[in-house]
Amino acid sequence: MADLILNAQGIKKSFGGVEVLRGVDLSVYRGDVVAVLGSSGSGKTTLLRCLNFLERADSGTLSFDGESFELAGISKKQIAAIRAKTAFVFQNYNLFANKTALKNVTEGLIVARKTPKKEAEERGMELLSRVGLADKRDQYPHELSGGQQQRVAIARALAADPDIIYFDEPTSALDPELIGEVLSVIRSLAEEGRTMLVVTHEMSFAENVSNRVVFMEDGRILEEAPSSVFFREVKSERIRSFLNMIKKEEEKK
Amino acid sequence: MQWITELYEQNKRVIDVAIQSFPKILIPGLKVTIPLTVLSFSFAMIIAVAVAMIQYSRVPVLRQLCRFYIWVIRGTPLLVQLYLVFFGLPSVGIVLDGFTAAVIVFSINEGAYCAETMRSALEAVPVGQIEAGYCVGMNYFQIMRRIVLPQAFRTAFPPLSNSLIGMVKDTSLAANITVVEMFMATQRIARANYVTLALYIEVALIYLLFSTVLTFIQRRGEKRLSAYAALRKA
Repeated sequence: MADLILNAQGIKKSFGGVEVLRGVDLSVYRGDVVAVLGSSGSGKTTLLRCLNFLERADSGTLSFDGESFELAGISKKQIAAIRAKTAFVFQNYNLFANKTALKNVTEGLIVARKTPKKEAEERGMELLSRVGLADKRDQYPHELSGGQQQRVAIARALAADPDIIYFDEPTSALDPELIGEVLSVIRSLAEEGRTMLVVTHEMSFAENVSNRVVFMEDGRILEEAPSSVFFREVKSERIRSFLNMIKKEEEKK
Repeated sequence: MQWITELYEQNKRVIDVAIQSFPKILIPGLKVTIPLTVLSFSFAMIIAVAVAMIQYSRVPVLRQLCRFYIWVIRGTPLLVQLYLVFFGLPSVGIVLDGFTAAVIVFSINEGAYCAETMRSALEAVPVGQIEAGYCVGMNYFQIMRRIVLPQAFRTAFPPLSNSLIGMVKDTSLAANITVVEMFMATQRIARANYVTLALYIEVALIYLLFSTVLTFIQRRGEKRLSAYAALRKA
């Protein structure tokens, strides 16, 4: 647990005068599975997007794998260097619509990393098997179910063997019966020691798979605790009411 | 069958002229109209992709120049543009033969329209495709070339085919600047033989034939391009 992979300090971000992140500090250690919880609009997704530069933070520092950067003045080269060690899984998958499942996985390897095609395809097939979709290698995204698309997206994220994988509500766009297949893939990654930062509404996932929970509210981190502590001994009234609300909604389903 | 024979007897001269002039119209069509269209449309596509990319990528200065280009070209008649280049430019020392002038004008004119088609197709590619590209480590140009442009081209294909079919017919305007294409050839035969209706119907049918072939090719092309697109089941 001692090996710090990511340390963010004072991340701030506004959209048109609305402050979405008001100074977020976050540390992630190698092997951590951190669940980021919070109601919608609390800034979870924006935080994740700022960490991978899909949004540019207004201020704050990020130290990644031992190197420190000012987020406001970071160069394209530095961004590329950090992205080379990270991967991102989107809520709505964002598989390349004009590429088959296998090519979605190999595209980054072949184009960005100049991996020889044959080697990339072997790696791609290995990863597709890993997520149980080896037989779908030649299917296009629109021919796959949402759960299958998300599993291909996870295979794509694993392709370059990243130091950390960011998940932005990976099951929120899925039909309830498809959520399980995606969560079980993510759980297996946790078991093999992958470092992951997961924005999620799945409480059972946060409780059983993640080792740490970060609770966000109004652009700040309100509570950060080991998941066992978070779900059993939360003190804050706000968090208790959030958990109760989620529980009620899950019962409705 | 009697009436057909009668009809022929009554219109023997006109029908003979129409039949004899078929190759005389078709050959300029194959030798001039089609090369003129193919050359002009190819250049137009190069212009269109470049102009659309500059606007889509928000390249400063060049982007304003592109807007200006589209504004001027779309805002003036094609026929005026043809006259300007062929009859106007010689007075400043630029003398072009009719075919060259026609290729230049058709390319620049069609390029402006197709640029807008391409731009809207580029804008229609979901931003998530680009973000995913960045996240797997690709740079902007790699994302454009491998992800965005192929998808945009699929969207733009039907309206671009539309433009191509439109251009086949617009090339008849080149008759105004001495290019002996299909329509000019027809006019000459019509005047020499005092036969108008039959010949103009004939040339219209040949244009229709060309367009039909293109429509057929468009359908084949769309089918091939839509391998990855969820199509409405016919």
